[in-house]
Amino acid sequence: MSLHTTTSQTVGPYLHIGLTWLITERLAPAGVPGERISIEGRVVDGDGKPVNDALVEIWQADSRGNYGGKRFRGFGRSATDANGMFRFHTIKPGRVPGPDGTTQAPHLGVNIFMRGQLKQLVSRIYFPGEAANAKDPVLALVPADRRATLIAKKVAGKAGALRWDVFLQGRDETVFFDC
Amino acid sequence: MPEITAYRRPAPGTQPDYLFPRYASTVKRAPTRPLVALPQTRTELTGPVFGYGEVKRGDHDLTKQHAGDPIGERIVVSGRVLDENGRPVPNTLVEIWQANSAGRYPHRVDQHDAPTDPNFTGCGRALTDKRGHYRFVTIRPGEYPWRNHYNAWRPAHIHFSLFGQAFLQRLVTQMYFPGDPLLAEDPMFNCVPDEGARNRLISSLDWESTIPEVALGYRFDIVLRGADETPMENRKR
Repeated sequence: MSLHTTTSQTVGPYLHIGLTWLITERLAPAGVPGERISIEGRVVDGDGKPVNDALVEIWQADSRGNYGGKRFRGFGRSATDANGMFRFHTIKPGRVPGPDGTTQAPHLGVNIFMRGQLKQLVSRIYFPGEAANAKDPVLALVPADRRATLIAKKVAGKAGALRWDVFLQGRDETVFFDC
Repeated sequence: MPEITAYRRPAPGTQPDYLFPRYASTVKRAPTRPLVALPQTRTELTGPVFGYGEVKRGDHDLTKQHAGDPIGERIVVSGRVLDENGRPVPNTLVEIWQANSAGRYPHRVDQHDAPTDPNFTGCGRALTDKRGHYRFVTIRPGEYPWRNHYNAWRPAHIHFSLFGQAFLQRLVTQMYFPGDPLLAEDPMFNCVPDEGARNRLISSLDWESTIPEVALGYRFDIVLRGADETPMENRKR
C-alpha cells in the first residue's frame, strides 16, 4: 500500500490562534544538565522587513547527544514578535551520530512556518568557535561561502548568548535544506 | 518497532514549491538560492512526543470552550492519521484552528468586517488513538475575503498542524469542504499540479461520524511521510 503525503499548506497569518498554546521558549527546566545558552534572532523578508508572523520550531538533543529524554524533551516553539524576533533559552546539545559512521557537530534542527510559505523552511543552527564544525557531515554539503549563515554568532558581553538571524532572501540568504 | 532509517521523498507534483507567484506573499519570502540536500540523520528521524500532560480531554470540542454555544452549524471533523505505507500514526498531536461561522478570526490582524463570536475561539487539539483516529467537534467555518488579488475569497477551511514521529514528518495543512465553488479560484488550494493531491485536501461528508439530529460529520484522513521500505539492493541509484 502506498499513499501520498498530504499536500502542505501555509500556516497563514492567524497561526497564533491555534499554535501559541504550545509556545516553548524555555526548553530546559532547572536541574537539566548542560551548558545554558540563549538564542535569539530576527526573521527578515526579501525587502529587508522583519517578519512578524513566523513560527520557529527547534528540535535538539540533550547535552549527552540523546533525543527525546524524559527530563529534557528538546522541542521549542517561538512566534516572532512585531520586530520579527524569536528567542529560546535552552542547553547546548551534545554531538549526535551522522551518516556513514560520522559524528555531527552540536546543532539544533529548525522548522520555520509563516504566511507566504506553502511548506516549512528547514534549517539548522550550529555553534560558533566549535572545532567539530570543520568535520560536520552536513556543513560539508553546504557551499563554503554560505556556511556562515548556519552558525550562530556570540553576543558580546553576555555569557551563553547567541544570535541567529534568518534572511529569507538577499545577499546573506540563509541556507535552507531539502530533506 | 524497527528503527526507521529513511523516509521516502514526496511524489512529484504533490507538494508545493516555495515560490508560487499566484499566492503573492511567497514572492518576498521564498528562498531564491538552491536548497541543500540534507541527509536524514537522527535529528530528522526523531521528533517530540506529546501526551495528556499537555492535551486535555475536552480540547477537541471547540463548541464547549465558553459559557454559551457558538453561532453556526455544528459539525464533527474526524479521520485517521496514516503514513504513506498505510500504517496508523498513534498518539500524535493534532492542532487545529479556524475562523468562526461568519468568516472572522479573533486576531488583531483580521480586519474583516464580520462579527466575532464571544463563544468561539476556533482553537482545538487532540491526540490520535492507537489506530490513528482523531476527532473534533466544531462549527463550520465561514468563507472570508483576503487581499491576494481583486475580489479574493478563501474557501471555508480548517488549519491542521501535525507532528508524526519524526521532525521531518512535521506537516501543516488545511482541510476544505466538498463542493465549495471557491476552491477553483483559490491560489493555496491550487498550489500543486497534481489534481489527486489537491482533491485529498477536501474532506468528505461522513454518515458514520454524523450524530443524528446534532451534527453532520466530515472525514479528513491525513497522510504523513512514510519509511522507505524498498530494500537497499532494489533501490535505484
